[in-house]
Amino acid sequence: MTDYTDKIKEIAKRVLDEGKVDMVIGFRKGTVPMMNQPHYATSAASVDELIWDSSCGLNLANYLTDKKGNIAIVAKGCDTRNIVTHVIENKIKREQLHIIGVPCTGMIDHHKINAMFDKEITKVEESGDQITISGNGFSETLPKKDLLAENCAVCTHRNPVEYDELVGDLVEEQTGVDQYASVKEVEAMSPEDKWNYFEDLLAPCIRCYACRNACPLCYCPTCFVDESRPQWVGKSQDPTDVRTFHLLRAYHCAGRCTDCGACERVCPMGIKIREFTKKLNKDCLELYGWEAGLSLDQRPPLDTYKADDPEDFIK
Amino acid sequence: MTLIKIDKKSLDQGIEKAKAAYRVFGPVKQKTDHDFKLLDKSELPDFNFQNTRLSPKAIIYPQSQIMFEYSLDETSEDCRIMKEVENVASPMAVVGVRPCDALSFPIVRRNFDSPEYQDTYWIKAYEATTFVGLACNSACATCFCTSAGTGPFGEEGLDILLVADGNNFFVKELTEKGAAFIKAAGWSGDADANAASKIDELKKTAEATITAAVETDKLREKTILELYDASFWEEEAFSCINCGTCTYVCPTCWCFDVQDETFGKSGIRMRNWDSCMFPLFTHHASGHNPRDVKYQRVRQRFMHKLKYYVDKYDNGIQCVGCGRCIRLCPVNIDIRRICNKMNSFDAAKAACEAVAS
Repeated sequence: MTDYTDKIKEIAKRVLDEGKVDMVIGFRKGTVPMMNQPHYATSAASVDELIWDSSCGLNLANYLTDKKGNIAIVAKGCDTRNIVTHVIENKIKREQLHIIGVPCTGMIDHHKINAMFDKEITKVEESGDQITISGNGFSETLPKKDLLAENCAVCTHRNPVEYDELVGDLVEEQTGVDQYASVKEVEAMSPEDKWNYFEDLLAPCIRCYACRNACPLCYCPTCFVDESRPQWVGKSQDPTDVRTFHLLRAYHCAGRCTDCGACERVCPMGIKIREFTKKLNKDCLELYGWEAGLSLDQRPPLDTYKADDPEDFIK
Repeated sequence: MTLIKIDKKSLDQGIEKAKAAYRVFGPVKQKTDHDFKLLDKSELPDFNFQNTRLSPKAIIYPQSQIMFEYSLDETSEDCRIMKEVENVASPMAVVGVRPCDALSFPIVRRNFDSPEYQDTYWIKAYEATTFVGLACNSACATCFCTSAGTGPFGEEGLDILLVADGNNFFVKELTEKGAAFIKAAGWSGDADANAASKIDELKKTAEATITAAVETDKLREKTILELYDASFWEEEAFSCINCGTCTYVCPTCWCFDVQDETFGKSGIRMRNWDSCMFPLFTHHASGHNPRDVKYQRVRQRFMHKLKYYVDKYDNGIQCVGCGRCIRLCPVNIDIRRICNKMNSFDAAKAACEAVAS
């Protein structure tokens, strides 16, 4: 995907020169392997820093919330689905945006890759579908498909769903992937095993809120965990409060989550936060035939009422 | 001060033996990363790590700590009286502290143990603790300790420095606390005459592996307001999502929030780590927030570490160069880049450039 870089710069320069937009939001190369930095360009000089590779996994729709002015944004499949969600939820207007669509072949998982090597990784390079990981005294080239983030491995919307122009040809969508294999495993557990599983899952949480803050859906002016009058949730490391935060946040994303994986990517403790949102995505698909952010013309199932909405789960 | 040479077996046996007199903490691999934990009986620290994911600060300064208890029971004699919880720290030892993290304790001490304020919770835990350091024989690409007041063999903040030499360890006693731990561990046997030169050689080799640096020499002479008003803050803060990762993984971030939690007729007053990245950190009861916008919060964190602290204590920066915030920042905000920008900031030149454009 690194060959998209030149095209991104070319488009960015053009839309800025034409005065079509005030800024272009994209990525610049990070100072740490696999950690690119969201970056904006307002002039030709900063356009040169824009890049694209398989470490652009953050969701740039997060940087659009309530922005004024005209903005060009580099957006892969999931980012465009969150842009659609943002437009539906009145967080940005479609007319303000020039969407530079990126047909995506998936992002690599820095947590997984770091865990694969005992030594520090100092360089990650890609060439086509091969990723070369090196450090002091080692270098290994592996197929990208084995290094994908879990959400990318099961993604069925790699192409942008909404865009003004594309940086390359559309890519083939993945078929035959079981998106919900991990959810089914948890669903099959006994209540006691589920309890232990989630207890273990959340045990490392330090409540930094990176998952919430990297999520384009989490734009509430005051999050429920930050409310102080009244205060709903305790602030300590008490497991009940930690779980309350994660469970309520997940439910607040029900029918809105695009499984972009930003929450997991940013977690400093490597917690698999998608285990929660993924279950709700599965429920929304099974109950309402709904996947978030695919169309500007459809209201999400949880903010509309239909007489034939399923209600078997109401006991 | 004593210099001892022991093999790996004696090291392990000594740590196990010391558990009779100390609660011993050490780095242990948990799932994918090493973190400090209280070592169980026969559990040994795992020294096969570059540095732990989280710093050891939580051992002295837990993320959540109960300070007082109270009763709201009107029939009780001490109704509505804040009573300090028992605050007695039994001897602790932290084994395997990297020199960068070791330096964080004297830095944090300037805040918690000053002529003006004595934080009894922090001080008691700190005074009860023996810090057994482990020199770094090689650095990470994000380590810049040598330009942050220490180095891979730095001794400040430590009671003992362990230096790994193949399967053997040099044990360098640095303080009386260190001597007591060595005694409890039963480590003995003077190192040979070449030990000092061997340690020096290992130190030089280690220092040569440091590739990162920050420039800090001009920070003190800068005018606070000129740096505060510098034009780069908004751009540098653009990617920030205002999470607490940098703060919570930082060994020198010391801010906390005080909370009361009531359960029925009794309650506790506790403190929890807080982060200047969070809007709530400065949210006034009136509703006003003096740091309402994210770049103001990003600026605060760097100004505190690299300017206000520098000016107030005249003792270098409030950063030990461990590189955790660089490695773990989800959006790649790099303190080295910000520090160098601050150090080289020329207000007059920036003003000229602003006029020219």
